[in-house]
Amino acid sequence: MMLLLIPLFPFLGFLVNASIGRRLSKSVAGLVAVAAMVASFAVALTSVIQLAGLPVESRAIVQTVFTWISSGNFTADFTLRADPLSALMILVITGIGSLIHIYSTSYMHEEPDSEYARYFSYLNLFASFMLILVLGSNFLVMFVGWEGVGLCSYLLIGFYYVKQSASDAGKKAFIVNRVGDFGFVLGVLTLFVRFGTVDFQQIAHAASALSPEATFGTLTMATMLLFVGATGKSAQIPLYVWLPDAMEGPTPVSALIHAATMVTAGVYMIGRNAVLFSLTPDTLMVVAVIGAATAFFAGTIGLVQNDIKRVLAYSTVSQLGYMFLAMGVGAYSAGIFHLYTHAFFKALLFLGSGAVIHALGGEQDIRNMGGLKDKLPITYITFLIGSLAIAGVPLLSGFFSKDEILFKTFSSGHTILWVVGMLTSLMTATYMFRLVFLTFWGERRHAVVAAGHDAHGHGHDAHGHGGHDAHGHGDHLHDAPKPMAFALIALTVGSIFAGYIGLPHALGGSNRLENWLEPSLTAPHVVSAQLAPATMEPTPSTEAAPAAQESHAEEAGAGVELGLMGLSSLVALSGIGLAWFFFVADPKRSDAVAESFSGLRTVLLNKYYVDEAYNVVIVQPLKATSDVFLWKVVDAGGIDGVVNGTAESVGGLAALLRRVQTGSVRAYAASLLLGAVLVFGYYLWR
Amino acid sequence: MPSLNDYLILSAVLFTIGTAGVFVRRNLITILLSIEIMLNAVNLSFVAFGRAFGTIEGQIIVFFVMTVAAAEAAVGLAIVIALFRHRESLNPDAFTALKW
Repeated sequence: MMLLLIPLFPFLGFLVNASIGRRLSKSVAGLVAVAAMVASFAVALTSVIQLAGLPVESRAIVQTVFTWISSGNFTADFTLRADPLSALMILVITGIGSLIHIYSTSYMHEEPDSEYARYFSYLNLFASFMLILVLGSNFLVMFVGWEGVGLCSYLLIGFYYVKQSASDAGKKAFIVNRVGDFGFVLGVLTLFVRFGTVDFQQIAHAASALSPEATFGTLTMATMLLFVGATGKSAQIPLYVWLPDAMEGPTPVSALIHAATMVTAGVYMIGRNAVLFSLTPDTLMVVAVIGAATAFFAGTIGLVQNDIKRVLAYSTVSQLGYMFLAMGVGAYSAGIFHLYTHAFFKALLFLGSGAVIHALGGEQDIRNMGGLKDKLPITYITFLIGSLAIAGVPLLSGFFSKDEILFKTFSSGHTILWVVGMLTSLMTATYMFRLVFLTFWGERRHAVVAAGHDAHGHGHDAHGHGGHDAHGHGDHLHDAPKPMAFALIALTVGSIFAGYIGLPHALGGSNRLENWLEPSLTAPHVVSAQLAPATMEPTPSTEAAPAAQESHAEEAGAGVELGLMGLSSLVALSGIGLAWFFFVADPKRSDAVAESFSGLRTVLLNKYYVDEAYNVVIVQPLKATSDVFLWKVVDAGGIDGVVNGTAESVGGLAALLRRVQTGSVRAYAASLLLGAVLVFGYYLWR
Repeated sequence: MPSLNDYLILSAVLFTIGTAGVFVRRNLITILLSIEIMLNAVNLSFVAFGRAFGTIEGQIIVFFVMTVAAAEAAVGLAIVIALFRHRESLNPDAFTALKW
């Protein structure tokens, strides 16, 4: 099967919609985009089935498209490689991507034809780059995808570019990501200098062959730099600031790019280089601490935000923090597991919020919502299930993955991080159900906070007047139209059942996902050594072989794991209870608490003033330096001075020399004669 | 029988007269005539050398010079007429437009 087809289909969709899309009708443009994604999903699925049929020790499909760079003894091919890890990623991207494309055909329907085509061309281009990112078999190919998705993110955040706040948010995302990408590039260069290659397999192989002393310096630096790249792309402290603003984009974009796929690229990148990161415990420690801190910090902000999409955005940052926590404690498969389940329920939540916004004609402030439970039943039920899943209520997907992370954190001895994780879990349940209760329960609150409405600047205000208002302010609200409902229901099914592929041993499962990912997360030669005996046995037991080796440790931990599961279920339920206590039982209580902690609340509402701090510490000094020094001294004085000086000195010389050209024929004749006399004189008297 | 030296002196005198004519006269037609004098001074020295060395090349080259001089005179006079129609003047100092 041609792996190349997987990113190629969306790319063709992009080309069609970008070139002739404006002349196509909406149904055709939407069909092209959706068909491209579904075709890509079909190819991805067949590739993964083919991959699953391969024996474990050689479970990878490699396709070299062309030799990209060949210089001296360095070569970098444009090679795509599907292994268990990227297989999971391509399924998530194409699967959830297809659903979101389908959803978008309805959600964006009020846009003019050309905008509609532009939207889908960007979305397809994004999918194409994201697939290249996860399929790339070396850092350079990954970097193409890495930058490509950054570009598409920028284009889609600023989709409503006539609105100042949207174009600003796009620029912010792009520039903040640039900081991270700079670290990423340096990391890749460091690895290249150290190992002379950029291929993931070769680097992993070479690095795992190093003695422990040799891994300390360069390798730690390289992984730290790569992690800087990950903090940018995956919105971790200190570079998370762009993600909440990215909500200026259309809501399906927030679901696809800023929740399900692109922002997980950093997690994927660490998973892809798990061997490398495993060798650098210092980096892992940093990753874990940053992850836990981000999870907690973003969770606290999420508690008080009033914009439905912003709450979800901070929730995304927080959940990404969980994934990094997992990566940092060495539980790579748990992190990838959470990435995978999170993609379902967070996409679902965003699409659900999109359905609410769509129904309300662009309203995004939850203080102006309420009572939508009966008006929007499909949206309500799917949103509720998504919230239950993210809160970690038992038997839904989020429970298994989050619990896996917390268990691994606890069992690897990071007790403080575990406590932080638990607190975050409590907050997750609370802010999600605050959202559910305020949006769907109680009475409808019409434009209670008109001022806040203006202050925030919402994605829909600028464009949706005609269409949305028509059915927005009437009392008969429309529930999600068919394509949107289809996507919501499909994702709900995923949110419920996606977790069962990673059912832990403690609950009688065999954690298939961990076994599946095993070959991608360990060093190549280690895998082959470990599985050498297993290959002699009949095929069905090959997957069980590593599990059997671990089973002793698992048995000892099973009791602890069950206990922790019970505890985190309790935490999730009490979080929901807390939300109920404050926002349903007696809404005055939340106001009372807000009153008594008004200082803290203001800080949280203003997101800890991080944007303001960055503005003062980084942006303003940078602007001042650029303005006073770089522009007026270096550029205007130095660079322009050299260029203009050269031109002026040539001009001055020419002004002198042009006096020679008098126009008088006799003067020319005289100089001719003089020259002839001089030449003759020279030969006569020399 | 004049010697080669006599011819060369005559040639140099003619050449100097021609050169002086080019520089001092203010009439384009006179200047063209002066150039003809210079050319014929050179012709004279060529034939003088040819005779003195007993070779034919000196006389051959003179024919070439005469041909070129005829062509040059035709073109030169045509330009002079065109200029005169344009400016009503034959003074070379009137034609200094081609300068900086």
